[in-house]
Amino acid sequence: MAASMTHEKSWFLALALGVTFLKCLLINAYHSTDFEVHRNWLALTHSLPVSQWYYEATSEWTLDYPPLFAWFEYGLSHIAQFFDKEMLVVQNLNYASPATILFQRLSVIVADVVFFYAVKECCKCLREDKGKDLLAKPPFILTVLLLWNFGLLIVDHIHFQYNGFLFGILLLSIARHFQGQLPQVLSRLFPFKRGLCHAYWAPNIWALYNIADKAFSILGVKFKLLDINKLPKASMTGGLVQEFQHSVLPSVSPLATLVCTLLSILPALFRIWHRPNGARGFLRCLVVCALGSFMFGWHVHEKAILMAILPLSLLAVESREDARIFLILSITGHYSLFPLLFTTQELPIKIFLMLLFTIFSVTSLKTLLRKGGALLNPLEATYLLGLIPLELILNLPMTCSVVVIS
Amino acid sequence: MENLSLISLCVLLGLTSRWAVSFHSYSGAGKPPMFGDYEAQRHWQEVTYNLPVHEWYFNTTNNDLNYWGLDYPPLTAYHSLVCAYVAKLLNPEWVELYASRGYESHSHKLFMRATVLFTDILIYIPAVLLYCFYFCDGSSKQKVATALCILLYPGLILIDYGHFQYNSVSLGLALWGIVGLGLGWDLFGSLAFTLALNYKQMELYHSLPFFCYLLGKCIKQGLTGRGFFNLAKISLTVLVTFALCWMPFLSDPKQPLQVLHRLFPVDRGLFEDKVANTWCSLNVLIKIKTLLSRETQLFLSFALTLLFNLPSSLKLLSKPTLWQFKLALVNSSLAFFLFSFQVHEKSILLAALPVCLVINEIPLIAIWFLLTSTFSMLPLLVKDGLLLPYVVTSLAFLFLSLYLLSALERSTEEALRLGFYHQLTQHWLPKLNLSRIIKWKFWFSLAAMAAVSFISVWLEPPAKFPDLFPVLVSILSFLHFLGFVIYFNLVQLMEPQRKKSQKKTN
Repeated sequence: MAASMTHEKSWFLALALGVTFLKCLLINAYHSTDFEVHRNWLALTHSLPVSQWYYEATSEWTLDYPPLFAWFEYGLSHIAQFFDKEMLVVQNLNYASPATILFQRLSVIVADVVFFYAVKECCKCLREDKGKDLLAKPPFILTVLLLWNFGLLIVDHIHFQYNGFLFGILLLSIARHFQGQLPQVLSRLFPFKRGLCHAYWAPNIWALYNIADKAFSILGVKFKLLDINKLPKASMTGGLVQEFQHSVLPSVSPLATLVCTLLSILPALFRIWHRPNGARGFLRCLVVCALGSFMFGWHVHEKAILMAILPLSLLAVESREDARIFLILSITGHYSLFPLLFTTQELPIKIFLMLLFTIFSVTSLKTLLRKGGALLNPLEATYLLGLIPLELILNLPMTCSVVVIS
Repeated sequence: MENLSLISLCVLLGLTSRWAVSFHSYSGAGKPPMFGDYEAQRHWQEVTYNLPVHEWYFNTTNNDLNYWGLDYPPLTAYHSLVCAYVAKLLNPEWVELYASRGYESHSHKLFMRATVLFTDILIYIPAVLLYCFYFCDGSSKQKVATALCILLYPGLILIDYGHFQYNSVSLGLALWGIVGLGLGWDLFGSLAFTLALNYKQMELYHSLPFFCYLLGKCIKQGLTGRGFFNLAKISLTVLVTFALCWMPFLSDPKQPLQVLHRLFPVDRGLFEDKVANTWCSLNVLIKIKTLLSRETQLFLSFALTLLFNLPSSLKLLSKPTLWQFKLALVNSSLAFFLFSFQVHEKSILLAALPVCLVINEIPLIAIWFLLTSTFSMLPLLVKDGLLLPYVVTSLAFLFLSLYLLSALERSTEEALRLGFYHQLTQHWLPKLNLSRIIKWKFWFSLAAMAAVSFISVWLEPPAKFPDLFPVLVSILSFLHFLGFVIYFNLVQLMEPQRKKSQKKTN
């Protein structure tokens, strides 16, 4: 019928427009210090000569992304001056006028166009699937999983970052690889002075290592095996970026993390070297490397889990095994991003969007890949459902105290 | 995809947009001494919590009616009382007699917004879902799409979660009434509607269709037999509900009179501020507000309201079907909006609700009306600092509803219920392509509304006419509403007395 044909042709636009409108509504939501980080970078790229960019240190948020991103900020700064010239003054620390907020938020939203284009290209790489109803088509499901990804929405459009734009470039290169062109992957800088863990611990092996160290030191003091005065003052969750020493277990050096990371990804690299399995094999190896770097890397940000989740989405719509892993990884990974939004006002948004994404991914993948029984076994399902009581327990005291204090 | 997941996704999208809009400002934020509707609602919590019932509607030393005195029926007062109890638990400062006047804080705002979300989830959203599932044609995907469009109607979201009101309670209860009547549960439907009426007196705009539908149905069942029995049951339900709601006020005859005096402030004049109805628009040309006496104004408005309601009500009386009932609701509320006394721009929501209910049958016209209704409230929204959510929600509603309901494809003359028009003009204008004309008018009108929105925000009004832009908005909206009331009346009245015509299904 005429109506369903329009739906066939323009569903991508509807999904893209829909998520863009949602992002616009979130313009006035909470934003983190990353907002000031990017304002500072706008200011310094605009006001200073290139030679000074990586030396400028008026603000604590010095430039720590590669030059391409710095040029991107430089380009943005030329548009920024039409919104509010004051944001481009380096000395205006923490400047956040309504025009500044509007401009910065819009810049993320507009930059996401790169991401939209990349997603469209990725959909072209999926196997043909004719004769299915729209909601059960892999390109449709993949588009929702990527465009409406919970992690990207809350990290980019509330917390404030440009991951969509950057992931767009990554996904585009993956798509080009699928389409038979050489990949051009960007590399990142490694800020060694920043410490083993980021201010918010990424849930990786070093977080467990820190906890074990803390536990041992507390037990050691309790059982009088250690002298409390001789222990270094470790404030690992203080929210500041600094180096710190471990108390009981041996301190971990950047070299150690590099070795661990390399060891973890070596089998996958070896396999792809010996028996390359085409574009899908490359993608699988990419996901393994992302996970390995996340688990063992130095100063990993919790947002880095998206580097594994987003590419895995492509594989999830085509294979049962991948869909299983994707569900467990994405639900847990997205949940691990919850501490990024700690304000009461954003709590409902967090919950609604998480439920939205989770319900969609579970039901659509279940329907798409229903041959062969349930996707998740009872243990896995229990683990994931257990996140709900966990969130309730964590939230109750916090909400009460916030309300009572004010 | 299973139905339950689709429904959950739809509801979650509706909830997310509602809560995201709530981040923005509210009526009277930071504007002493009077502030706005937000402060009024907070003040009612203060009054109902601290004062005995018999003082709520009276001017006493503790209750200054000039400072946001209660002017909604008792159910609103009870609702405020319940909220006040919760407020007292969280932070007693919020409802301290006198001391809490003008209280503003981030956590208080969260509390107030949360109360709106709570009643929305409890009353309005389930009613919308039930309506779509029982009374919408098409596949279950079509029903969910309709529900999503109704939930994304910008007008209600902006007023309830932006400006700050509880329209979702009264409109939700009215919708439960409609669902009840549609399912044949007349008593339940009457109960729900009576509760709605006792929450906001503006629900009177819907009362004639409810009355005529039920009366018509009883007449068809035979006034000497079952019909009379049903009529008696319904009347009893309504009377008992009224009595229960007004019970605390029935001890002293002065009480109900004072409450009615507060609910219907005839002293306040034909209209206040700029509103897109006949009187305000007429006033631009002829100063009727000063020309005619108060009594004449009252009489004129009463007479015209009744006159414009008559054809629709009579048709419904003779043919009490759900389709006629919905159209009558539209026509009645529009007639009241255009001609009644003391109409506020937010009252357009009372017409918007029944139009939402026909969005699946006549998508293009319904979407057009719903966007116009949101546009008509622009001056109010700009004053409240809600320009960004206004633009975003209106655009989102426009694109998503056109897409999900395939409105532009379903705009043939038959789909627009204008078959009779074609028969009329067939002889002297055989080549008339009504469908194309209407689509052109639709886009042109949207462009006009966008242009007026743009200039009223970006440009400064000339010094001689400081109110130019609000007047422009209200006149443009008024002309649209006039067109809509004629259209919907024609659709309702021209429907053949036999079974209704085939509707297009997907």
